[in-house]
Amino acid sequence: MEKKNLKELKVSAIKEGTVIDHIPARSLFKVISILELQKMETQITIGYNFESKKLGQKGIIKISDKFLSQKDLNKIALFAPEAKINIIRNYKVIEKNVVQVPDSIEGIVKCMNPKCITNNEDVKTKFTVIEKKNVTLKCKYCEKITDQEHFEMK
Amino acid sequence: MKNKSLVSIHDYSKTDYLRIMDLAEEFERNPRNYGNLLTGKVVATLFFEPSTRTRLSFESAVQRLGGRIIGFADSSSSSVSKGETLKDTIKTVSQYSDLIVMRHPIEGSARWASEVSDVPIVNAGDGANQHPTQCLLDLYTMKQTQGKLDNLIITMVGDLKYGRTVHSLIQAMLYFSPSFHFVSPEELKMPNEYKMFLKEKKIPFKEHHDLSEVLKISDIIYVTRVQRERFSDPIEYEKVKNAFVLKNSMLEDTKPGLKILHPLPRVNEINEDVDTNKKAYYFRQALNGVYTRMAIISSILGLK
Repeated sequence: MEKKNLKELKVSAIKEGTVIDHIPARSLFKVISILELQKMETQITIGYNFESKKLGQKGIIKISDKFLSQKDLNKIALFAPEAKINIIRNYKVIEKNVVQVPDSIEGIVKCMNPKCITNNEDVKTKFTVIEKKNVTLKCKYCEKITDQEHFEMK
Repeated sequence: MKNKSLVSIHDYSKTDYLRIMDLAEEFERNPRNYGNLLTGKVVATLFFEPSTRTRLSFESAVQRLGGRIIGFADSSSSSVSKGETLKDTIKTVSQYSDLIVMRHPIEGSARWASEVSDVPIVNAGDGANQHPTQCLLDLYTMKQTQGKLDNLIITMVGDLKYGRTVHSLIQAMLYFSPSFHFVSPEELKMPNEYKMFLKEKKIPFKEHHDLSEVLKISDIIYVTRVQRERFSDPIEYEKVKNAFVLKNSMLEDTKPGLKILHPLPRVNEINEDVDTNKKAYYFRQALNGVYTRMAIISSILGLK
């Protein structure tokens, strides 16, 4: 019980909003950027390099008074596939969700083919997800494959 | 197919392939009937990198159908040299024409063009990616020479690693139960992703290092050029450059119906003494390119 309280102290609880937990620490800032948190005006608490049995070090984001859609949250699946989403109302978790890798992805990552049009002109990347476990993307333009190891933010 | 761009071989279904082949055959049989099919139509040929053979083949196809052509043969004579984006060039030319044929060194450029253009795009090669009209003309040629496309034994020779024509052909043949033999230097072997594709689709294939092993059993020998610049070690190139040359003497005891295809240009991978052999079909294959492109353009414009 005591241990739990200590953990809670690390990041204060929110009354209403969305909590994104189990973000690999190295991906935290990518997730912030993908969700465009810098543009939000509500209160946001961000925790970085927290200990995690599963991930080693993790990040956590608590967004007050905002309920992000599953579609938006799925965008972070490329960088935080094990992220847990908690919807909070009146300090209570009323809904728990996991992120799901979508069938197609627009923007977010670069195509790893340097000769692809998306790396040569101002063209937004578009991918079909051909493998969801070890996420593998096929570029809709050059038809080349970009795999998890080579994900780079667009 | 009407008003639909042809960017990748995956844009067409088996029915579309068969339709294009039937139409190409009709154009070949009765060329005089279609001299005015494209009257009043303007086709733009935008070649951001030079490819004389492909451009002339498309232009010949349009002219034979009575259409008109605008365009450029390399980007130095276009506004690209002034820094215009591809998007702006395509958007502008799509105001002037009914269909755009484009070749561009950047991969995916044709798909992007099809998204910004007001008229359909036909991809005449986007870097190492796709060249779908070449693939369709290869299908047409195989069907023409063998009387069918099903159950053919196809041997591919040369650069199987970088050759986009062989990759497209493998994927397009999926519908016709082929068996493949791949003959190439070690450095230019068929990439794993295509071998995985064949395994997944249960299409039999075998890899060889010696051409003579498979000549006698093949219905089609599809030869591609082995380019010196593909080799990291020039000594390796010197070692293999003559190992995959097809000579007339090697064609004895091959199947009577065997035909030798090549997307051209040829350098030395098919000896010139093969040219007079009835089994050599690569120049005729080039002519088929014109009929196939006539079929593609008229289908997209909804005229046939």
